[in-house]
Amino acid sequence: MDFSDLPDDELWLQMQDDLYDGMKEEVTAETEEALKRGYSPTEVLEKGLVAGMDIVGVDFRDGVLFVPEVLMAANSMKSGMEILRPLLTETGAPRVGKVVIGTVKGDIHDIGKNLVAMMLEGAGFEVINLGVNVDADKFLAAIREHKPDIIGMSALLTTTMPYMKVVNQALIDERLREEVYVMAGGAPVSEAFSMAVGADAYGRDAATSVEIAKAYMESMRKQPK
Amino acid sequence: MTNRFIDLLAKSRAENSPIMVDGGMGTMLFAAGLMFGDPPEMWNALPDKQDKVRGVYRGYLEAGSQIILTNTFGGTSFRLKMHNLQDRTFELNRLGVAMAREEADKFGPDRVVAGSIGPSGELFEPMGKLTYESAVEGFARQAEGIAAGGADVFWIETMSDLQEVRAAVEGARKAAPHLPIVATMTFDTKGFTMMGVSPSQAVHELSALNLAAMGANCGNGPDELEATICAMHQTDPNVILVAKGNAGMPQLVDGRATYNATPEHMLEHARRFRAFGATIIGACCGSTPAHIKAMTEALRTLPPLDPSTVELTVPLPERKVASSDKRARRERRG
Ligand code: B12
Repeated sequence: MDFSDLPDDELWLQMQDDLYDGMKEEVTAETEEALKRGYSPTEVLEKGLVAGMDIVGVDFRDGVLFVPEVLMAANSMKSGMEILRPLLTETGAPRVGKVVIGTVKGDIHDIGKNLVAMMLEGAGFEVINLGVNVDADKFLAAIREHKPDIIGMSALLTTTMPYMKVVNQALIDERLREEVYVMAGGAPVSEAFSMAVGADAYGRDAATSVEIAKAYMESMRKQPK
Repeated sequence: MTNRFIDLLAKSRAENSPIMVDGGMGTMLFAAGLMFGDPPEMWNALPDKQDKVRGVYRGYLEAGSQIILTNTFGGTSFRLKMHNLQDRTFELNRLGVAMAREEADKFGPDRVVAGSIGPSGELFEPMGKLTYESAVEGFARQAEGIAAGGADVFWIETMSDLQEVRAAVEGARKAAPHLPIVATMTFDTKGFTMMGVSPSQAVHELSALNLAAMGANCGNGPDELEATICAMHQTDPNVILVAKGNAGMPQLVDGRATYNATPEHMLEHARRFRAFGATIIGACCGSTPAHIKAMTEALRTLPPLDPSTVELTVPLPERKVASSDKRARRERRG
């Protein structure tokens, strides 16, 4: 697989297309090619992977693409991300902050949560991804072990959303609530719901979530707790 | 060997009459105190909860359901594994069905017990890790329990992936080759399933599986379900269709999902489902015995609607084309 003859602007387009079509090997090769040309890991992430995923997001919302296509696209993004992750760690100055993220108990939806995790990594956060079906005990254990700045909870089912409140209560009971900034997300979750379960912030989508996380870290830098 | 479900279908055909199935199970159990995130199937084995499960069965039988679905929806070994209950797959399914059998038999010899089989919750390769063979085995384990509990029919429901339906059918046949099978899919994504299956595609592909009936359940409320049923009926007017939709859409009130369609709404929809071509009619999430009672009475006592005068309120599902220019992209790749 050789993309060396493509001009730069076409390389980005090609990368977005291949990501759209879930062509994992191609996306991997294009990621490497772009790095070889001297683009920074952040640029490759933004201009290639994230830009491609944005188109996927729009077409999914509009009913052009369905779950299989979105998952294949997310998998290709992941393979590109695996190349970029170590580089982001190297080049990025000190880590922006640490996030523990997971989908709550009873829920196995993880596409959106994984996107948020990848975008946070792209923005320089260290992310500990607990996966799906995460109960309060697991969140507590991860907080004790990793001492994150932020915890993120995802839920996609109306039957699992209320579990966020259980986790929040466990944090309060264990006197860990003051230690972390709690973010909630997932398609059916809303600003109002996030506040009702006791979270500090609601992340509507991956980009907004990264902004909020960054803003929080910024405020902590100015005014440590 | 006679089968109650097959008999019921024969009677319905002879009399040209609809068949009533039940309403939601999960939402009823939540109302009875099931905690969010906990597996409903566990209640089949808890002495102090069993009567709540029986209560739901009784409620629907009293309301007029000729078929009741068992509390085994999440009873595949895959789903139970999430709660570390995979080793109890056979037992939890058998118990859930056996209670339904007992309750149904109290109401007479013609009430049918349908063993509910829901999705595994896993994705097939290459999207996920599930292989076809392991899916068949997982469904077979559940189906063995369902057959042992005394079900009349396997009821595969809320499916979005055709491959998974095939695996569930094969697993069920492995466990009990003599039992009839019904399969319904959920068309909740712009008229398609989450995996992008259209109602007409579902009819075409499911027809190859030798099912007793097929159709649609759950989804985004009765209006969309009418369009789904209409599309399925147009594809093949000869298949026996199941319409089992949610009682409207969930709204969060005090952190709990509440559904907005009343028994009066659903009664009108029951007549419309019938007019659009459904034979087996019931409801899904958010419905209660009160909804089923109203629907049963309406279908029994009110005159059938004239199909030529009934209009859909939402359009039939249609494939959309990408806004991004696909052709340019293909050309670039060469
Ligand atoms: C993909 C999918 C699945 C896949 C999941 C695969 C996977 N690995 O994740 C499979 C097929 C396995 C699945 C299973 C089920 N699903 Co499903 N599924 C969906 C679907 C189609 C898309 C969800 C998705 O990935 N969206 C794309 C991502 C990018 O968006 P997102 O998750 O919202 O994430 C964004 C934001 O919310 C935010 N965000 C997300 N998480 C977080 C976390 C934090 C901390 C922050 C800050 C932000 C944030 O940022 C993300 C990126 O922008 C939705 C319908 C839909 N169109 O939304 C149904 C849906 C969520 N599923 C639904 C249902 C009912 C189920 C099942 C129960 C089906 C069944 N009957 O068995 C099972 C549940 C199993 C379980 N216990 O969890 C219902 C939920 C209904 C309800 N109100 O509760 C939906 C809404 C479909 C419907 N209309 O009925 N499902």
